[in-house]
Amino acid sequence: MSNLTAISDEQVEILIGDVLEQYGYDFTGYSRASLKRRLLRLYGLDRQVSFAEFRYKIGNDITYFKRFVEQITVNVTEMFRDPNFYKTLRSKVLPNLGTYPFIRIWLAGCSTGEEAYSMAIVLKELGLLHKALIYATDINPTVLEKAAQGMFPLSQMKQYSENYIASGGTNEFSSYYSANYSLAKFDDELKEKMIFSTHNLVSDHSFNEFQLILCRNVLIYFDRDLQFKVLQLFDNSLDNLGYLALGTKETTDFSPISKRYKRLETEKIWRKISE
Amino acid sequence: MKDCEALVIGGSAGSLDVLLKVFPAINLNITFPIIIVVHRKQGTDSLLSDLLSTKTSLTVKEVEEKEAILAGTIYIVPADYHLLIEKDLTFSLDYSEKVNYSRPSIDVTFQSAAEVYEDKLVCLLLSGSNSDGVNGLITVKNYGGETVVQDPISAQIDYMPAQAILRAKIDRVLAIGEMANYINTIGKRPKDNE
Repeated sequence: MSNLTAISDEQVEILIGDVLEQYGYDFTGYSRASLKRRLLRLYGLDRQVSFAEFRYKIGNDITYFKRFVEQITVNVTEMFRDPNFYKTLRSKVLPNLGTYPFIRIWLAGCSTGEEAYSMAIVLKELGLLHKALIYATDINPTVLEKAAQGMFPLSQMKQYSENYIASGGTNEFSSYYSANYSLAKFDDELKEKMIFSTHNLVSDHSFNEFQLILCRNVLIYFDRDLQFKVLQLFDNSLDNLGYLALGTKETTDFSPISKRYKRLETEKIWRKISE
Repeated sequence: MKDCEALVIGGSAGSLDVLLKVFPAINLNITFPIIIVVHRKQGTDSLLSDLLSTKTSLTVKEVEEKEAILAGTIYIVPADYHLLIEKDLTFSLDYSEKVNYSRPSIDVTFQSAAEVYEDKLVCLLLSGSNSDGVNGLITVKNYGGETVVQDPISAQIDYMPAQAILRAKIDRVLAIGEMANYINTIGKRPKDNE
């Protein structure tokens, strides 16, 4: 970790103001402790020497601003993360949605796409992929380009395979990808039903009606007000009797939408029970 | 050192036993929160808080994100998240890259707590087999907080406290039997007429 005093709390606010004014990216509702940590991390990684220079670069160099967005947002994810969550999707949520003629799924904050491919694998195994559409969105265009390629480090496959088996998967996990040097390239069939697009949860509106919305480990980076605002956006975008899935430490409790939602026992999945 | 407003305890391999021994002797009227960051496997959260709550009548709970931090409560950091502390004394969880191959990382929480509590923070580093927490203790000291480690002689795995003594300025080195007594004295002192 770099020098913790390189950027003061006031300077964090200055940067947030600059970025909003010059690029329209609104980080005002982000949790300050995480945001400051990310800023210090970037400052250290890029061997910045003064705040003034760092600020100038972010404000005036569009290429660097892209890097800024990429590094400020957290893009850590894995396939079949929290296997029990996928077990519930596989055994309860998706079979239920499978009775519909068409299933629209929104993965909000999809990052580099590991969840999208996990979802496609489960849908395929349940025989539902042909009538599903997965909208995978993120604030950050760079990660979406990676997601669209469907290539992940081969070194991760052992862990992902274990997750997959723990989540109730019964096929040979390696049958879904082909090894290509240090990368695992996932079958094109899996991404035929994926649509990748930028979407900023802070400023963009609802763009469709979904039967399932997944947004895991995104809300933790937002303050309570912004969390409520985003939950409202999800509520506006979810069909009645649709499902909303959050990260293991996130909740709809305390939010204005909570009374319209009923939680599925142990997982962080809620069903919308009234409009 | 000013009156303690938060105690953060970090530990890895061999630290659970220490907590189990120390908890029963911690006074129920402590005037600060205790925040526990221990390395462990995923999916063992409730087990750990259940186990620790059998050793004290203080409230022991796993951290919920954006939860207000209360005195007299023992908070356990959930597996697989970093724990940060906001200026308004609430918790934030963070799923960013591992630090020192660890998530939660002790360094991350020590550093975040140091920025918020400054010289009213006490950080205690226990037994463990890597050096997570050592950089955090250096930061804590820079902010005027108190740095304490388990006596390496009493540690199941002495690497972590020994590294801390080697690289950071440590205010106290405590045997397991001395810890509860120390913890009971660092909070706000009652005035004579109270």
